[in-house]
Amino acid sequence: MIPPAFDYVRPDTLEEAVRVLAEAGEEAKVLAGGQSLLPLLRLRLAFPELVVDVGRIPGLRGVREDGDTLVIGALTTHHDVVHDPLVRRYAGLLAQATETVADPAVRHRGTLGGSLAHADPAGDLPAVALALDAELVAVGPGGRRSVPAGEFFADYLQTALAPDELLVEVRVPEREGWGFRYEKFHRVSQSWAMVGVAALVRRADGRIAEARIGLTNMGPTPLRATAAEQALAGAADPGAVARAAGSAAEGTRPSRDASASPEYRAHLARVLTERAVLAAAGTG
Amino acid sequence: MTDQAVHAAEEAGGEVGRARLRKEDARLITGQTNWTDNISVTGLLHLAFLRSPMAHARIERVDVSPALERPGVVAAFTGRDLADALGPLPCAWPVTEDMVLPDHPPLAVDEVRHAGDPVAVVVARDRYAAADALEAIEVDYEPLPPVLDLEAALAEDAPLVHADKGTNRAYDWPLKAGEDFAAVRERADVVLERRYVQQRLIPNAMEPRAVVVTPLAASGEYTVYSATQIPHILRIMLSVVCGVPEQKLRVVAPDVGGGFGSKLQVYGEEAVALAVARRLGRPVKWTESRSEGYLATHHGRGMIQDVRIAATREGRLLGLKVDLLADMGAYLMLVTPGIPILGAFMYPAIYKMDSYEFACTGVFTTRTPTDAYRGAGRPEATFAIERIMDELAAELGLDPVEVRRRNWIRHEEFPYTSIAGLTYDSGNYEAATDKALALFGYDALRAEQRERNERGDAVRLGIGVSTYTEMCGLAPSRVLRDLRYSAGGWEAASIRMLPTGKVEVVTGTSPHGQGHVTCWSQIAADVLGVPFEDVEVVHGDTLVAPQGMDTYGSRSLVVGGAAVHRAAEKVVDRARKVAAHLLEASEDDLEFKGGVFSVKGSPEARRTIQEVAFETFTSHDVPDGMEPTLNAGHVLDPENFSYPHGTHLCAVEVDTETGQTRIRSYVCVDDVGRVINPMIVEGQVHGGLAQGIAQALFEEAVYDAEGNLVSGTMADYLVPSAADLPEFTTDRTETPATSNPLGAKGVGEAGTIASTPAVVNAIVDALRPFGVTDVRMPCTPERVWEAVRAAGSGRPAQKEAAQ
Repeated sequence: MIPPAFDYVRPDTLEEAVRVLAEAGEEAKVLAGGQSLLPLLRLRLAFPELVVDVGRIPGLRGVREDGDTLVIGALTTHHDVVHDPLVRRYAGLLAQATETVADPAVRHRGTLGGSLAHADPAGDLPAVALALDAELVAVGPGGRRSVPAGEFFADYLQTALAPDELLVEVRVPEREGWGFRYEKFHRVSQSWAMVGVAALVRRADGRIAEARIGLTNMGPTPLRATAAEQALAGAADPGAVARAAGSAAEGTRPSRDASASPEYRAHLARVLTERAVLAAAGTG
Repeated sequence: MTDQAVHAAEEAGGEVGRARLRKEDARLITGQTNWTDNISVTGLLHLAFLRSPMAHARIERVDVSPALERPGVVAAFTGRDLADALGPLPCAWPVTEDMVLPDHPPLAVDEVRHAGDPVAVVVARDRYAAADALEAIEVDYEPLPPVLDLEAALAEDAPLVHADKGTNRAYDWPLKAGEDFAAVRERADVVLERRYVQQRLIPNAMEPRAVVVTPLAASGEYTVYSATQIPHILRIMLSVVCGVPEQKLRVVAPDVGGGFGSKLQVYGEEAVALAVARRLGRPVKWTESRSEGYLATHHGRGMIQDVRIAATREGRLLGLKVDLLADMGAYLMLVTPGIPILGAFMYPAIYKMDSYEFACTGVFTTRTPTDAYRGAGRPEATFAIERIMDELAAELGLDPVEVRRRNWIRHEEFPYTSIAGLTYDSGNYEAATDKALALFGYDALRAEQRERNERGDAVRLGIGVSTYTEMCGLAPSRVLRDLRYSAGGWEAASIRMLPTGKVEVVTGTSPHGQGHVTCWSQIAADVLGVPFEDVEVVHGDTLVAPQGMDTYGSRSLVVGGAAVHRAAEKVVDRARKVAAHLLEASEDDLEFKGGVFSVKGSPEARRTIQEVAFETFTSHDVPDGMEPTLNAGHVLDPENFSYPHGTHLCAVEVDTETGQTRIRSYVCVDDVGRVINPMIVEGQVHGGLAQGIAQALFEEAVYDAEGNLVSGTMADYLVPSAADLPEFTTDRTETPATSNPLGAKGVGEAGTIASTPAVVNAIVDALRPFGVTDVRMPCTPERVWEAVRAAGSGRPAQKEAAQ
């Protein structure tokens, strides 16, 4: 568990960070809370020449409101997300899912921005960002740009961020009156999700008017269960929910590993979608 | 631990039985102690090992010279470079006369035989430089076929792990007792045949292995600090492997953070560290990383068990036949071949029967060697018999508790010689079971189970029973002789009465988390009548505690603690002579209570043991001809094993839609004999349960078809945390052992041995209405789901390749 040699810089400002990243190009890695990068370094699975520690850059941590949008700084720790009153009020799904991330030690150091930029499809928060329709704001040499979550996750551990761009904030539309549920299926409490389902449900007239479902670990990127979402619109009883959830694995590409086969993951996605939607419909 | 028990012990004024806080914890948990990796000496060099990335290959060429060019590198050696300084690593347990014992060089020379087999070592000024320089070493490997399947490995044309041996069969070890199985089979109403697979497990001591060697070149003396369970055995073996005379070698086990058997070993890295320190005349250190340890520290379990039982339709056992294939891994290490043999005696467990046949074949594979892991052969045996007893109950439509009751040894039958030839000295299976059933609420849970089954609930309830016994207190030396083990099983203790009346206990056990310092203090304080706080315990250093057989196999209290008790009695005997002399009384007229000698009938005539210690120190007035010391030692060779037993009951909820298992309640009533410290016993039971449940549900060393360890980090090898385990309801019955003065039986492994079958029995019990009769361990959600699906569709569960 000895990482390979690397250079280390800790810029004090966003501008300096972007400049350093631009100079280093592909050879640099951004260090936020370190909960994903450090294990990769120690296992010698990542060999960056330069580690850019953005942890001391001011203004990237905390939650505020901007009109009817919640703005969460990229360096906000999981712990702070879980306990933030604005997040709990307007993005309860995010708070609930974040509470299932790893363990308290990890949640005190790991950050929302770091988790999204790492783009591990087995991570809990990418699928939640998809379900919430979050916008991810990046800063690079060309200035700021906003990327919808649906366009952010490009492939396994790959995002729309350029090497010289830094994720600075996550903008989440405030939703009141929506029910939510994050169903995480894992073998031990500290392990990654075998499958996770992030469900948001808006009810009207005793029926599900709209459902948004993000899937964790059902492919190389987080996915929306669009077929199930469409089938859920108008569902009025548990039987209808169950039928709609039957299409939750459509269009997914789950992987095979030591703990689950693709067939089993697909089965879990259907079962967990049903459960998440029923629970979300109850919490609305 | 009941409150009454605490109060009873306290009122009796004795230390034994009190829930004393552990003396050792303050320094352990505040980090004020020295772990091996904390040791730093001037000029210390660091080792890093280059390990084989392949399961099996011929080494065509190793060139370490490019590594020497790297910054900070002092030296680098191949196996050939050190061949003249290192003998083969030892195996102390040749279980049969014709056992195949392959050569095991500490650094591979011609061939690598498992992923992680070391091929070269780099010596550098810091750990980083050593790790970086490994990348520069050039090795040409000529791949050889991996050997992974235990049954295929025994086939005529199988590729060989050790080509020079001509076979992958390490040994065949049979045991046969009572009637022929074929004969009882003839008269049986029921014969059941099952195959159980004990998956490989990776021990996870909290502290990884580490070694520091400091040489004194001028006099050829070496001190080896190692995170080991066995400083005394290690000293002997390193002396043999490295050719350093035993008297020139000192081995220290500083505070050691757990072992579970994985540090009951003589490791190549220890020998290489000594050889390198000797060659360079410089102190060296090596500390393994967790993922390195997964490849290089021995594994546990790894067996295929074919089990047959014959019984009457009333459920009475007639016979048991066990055929075992045991995965040795690539080499036979310290006690590798003996682990399944320890289990051989435990398959009959608490049951009476007329026939028992056992046969074990040790098989070489191209995987990390196996060896002792918490329970060592006994968990495997207990699993097999307790699983198949549940199958017998199901077959006959009997309650699983009832089937056990019809077969177990009744309390009035002790001492009882089991069919395997062990003499169980004491026990009361009825009492432990009755207590467990009451605590568990067995009848209410059965009612709920029926109700859920009738309702067709997606979440089924299952109840698992495990009534176990085990053999502890390794071991009577003559039994070890008969088993062809190369050493004895005694333990040594000595007690020094200091001039100020304080006490030092020197023990040959080597604690690595068990709490010996606290318990030995309690034992000595009671016998000597001195305050608990006045006792210090010295251990784990061959210079200060020169005689010992170390810690494993739940032996420390039963053998080592008993030796402390006996040594303390000798001290009192000596003190009595001095006290009688000082009091001008006959020894027979002296009473000794609470540390005070007094003359019967005249209580004012008294001497405390501390006063006697000082008088003996000055020796101005001791009895004529008496050696002027109270110090005494005792080496105790146990007359028998001890046999803890108990009843464990587990209730699980199995979600048949996802396959997820949740343990709803877990009750255990253990009989570990007389208890020295109930809090320590409680801790041992909790930890043991966690490890046993981990085998049932979570842990497995997974290899791919090429022989690579897939579960190579803690992200893939799932060690459960407290969050994954239920509340445990623990209680005890107390039937003292008769074979040692403490009446203790040992508790280090009981939880691990009992819990695994309790959990799996519960899962199968939950799924029996679907037609499920087994789920392979670990019972992952996918395996459970697959078992339900297969049973529901009327097709057999998907066959998984035997390991």
